[in-house]
Amino acid sequence: MAFLFSIAALVPLNSKGHYIHWHFIDISVANLIVIVLIVVTFIAALLAPFPGRRRRKESHE
Amino acid sequence: MNNAEIDRQWTTRLRRRVEGKLPPEKLLPDTQPSYVASWIYVFGVATLASLGVVIATGCILALRGPQWWHGSPYGHFVNSLHLWSVEIFFFTMVIHLWGKFAMAAWRGGRTLTWMTGVITFLTSIAAAFTGYASQSNFDSQWITTQAKDGINATGAGAYFNVLNLGQMLMWHIVLLPIAAVLLTALHVLMVRIKGVVPPFEDSASPARESLPVSE
Repeated sequence: MAFLFSIAALVPLNSKGHYIHWHFIDISVANLIVIVLIVVTFIAALLAPFPGRRRRKESHE
Repeated sequence: MNNAEIDRQWTTRLRRRVEGKLPPEKLLPDTQPSYVASWIYVFGVATLASLGVVIATGCILALRGPQWWHGSPYGHFVNSLHLWSVEIFFFTMVIHLWGKFAMAAWRGGRTLTWMTGVITFLTSIAAAFTGYASQSNFDSQWITTQAKDGINATGAGAYFNVLNLGQMLMWHIVLLPIAAVLLTALHVLMVRIKGVVPPFEDSASPARESLPVSE
């Protein structure tokens, strides 16, 4: 349990949130991180090789 | 009862129609087209898996109640599992949506597959928002007092009162989960009936190799 508390302390969730203001855009850092992670994961899903894809194609040729 | 009468029964006609549209080998296929071996096709089933965790943790929260999820370590743990499975649910669903949009996944008579996905997405957003309103803490009080002005501006406030905790909780744990699960089931059945949408270059050639699912 103490280990779990030490992990939780790495990200203080009870403090005031951080926001980014740019012209009319007003977004929390947490939401921005999630959006960036989704974009990065989407690009990785398109480009990353799927395990065994080459082997499957060869075995069916 | 003779054969003609049996053929006219609605149960007989329905069964034959279902058997024609969705035979067992199509409902639970042994193989998938080779183009499915890509990470972008994984996010649909990842969304399904996270929905399963959302429903399971939601059932545990419903069994134990707010005092438990606010006041005990295990309650906090299950509450967090519920939150983070929802985060992963939307994370994977957005990537699934972007991928299918880029593939124009409504091609080949898949309009109903696409539209059930759209409605499921909107229903899930409503389920998530009523979840914020159902936390029964200061956070939910703040969120609902902010949300009421937006809802009232649409004219729906008389029927959908976000300050009414009982109403929001019922929407969150009864109506919207039933809708989301039924729509998801319909969406998956449509995928099984019509098949996974092929890439653009493959859609012109109907003859494609099929690969075993388990490999």
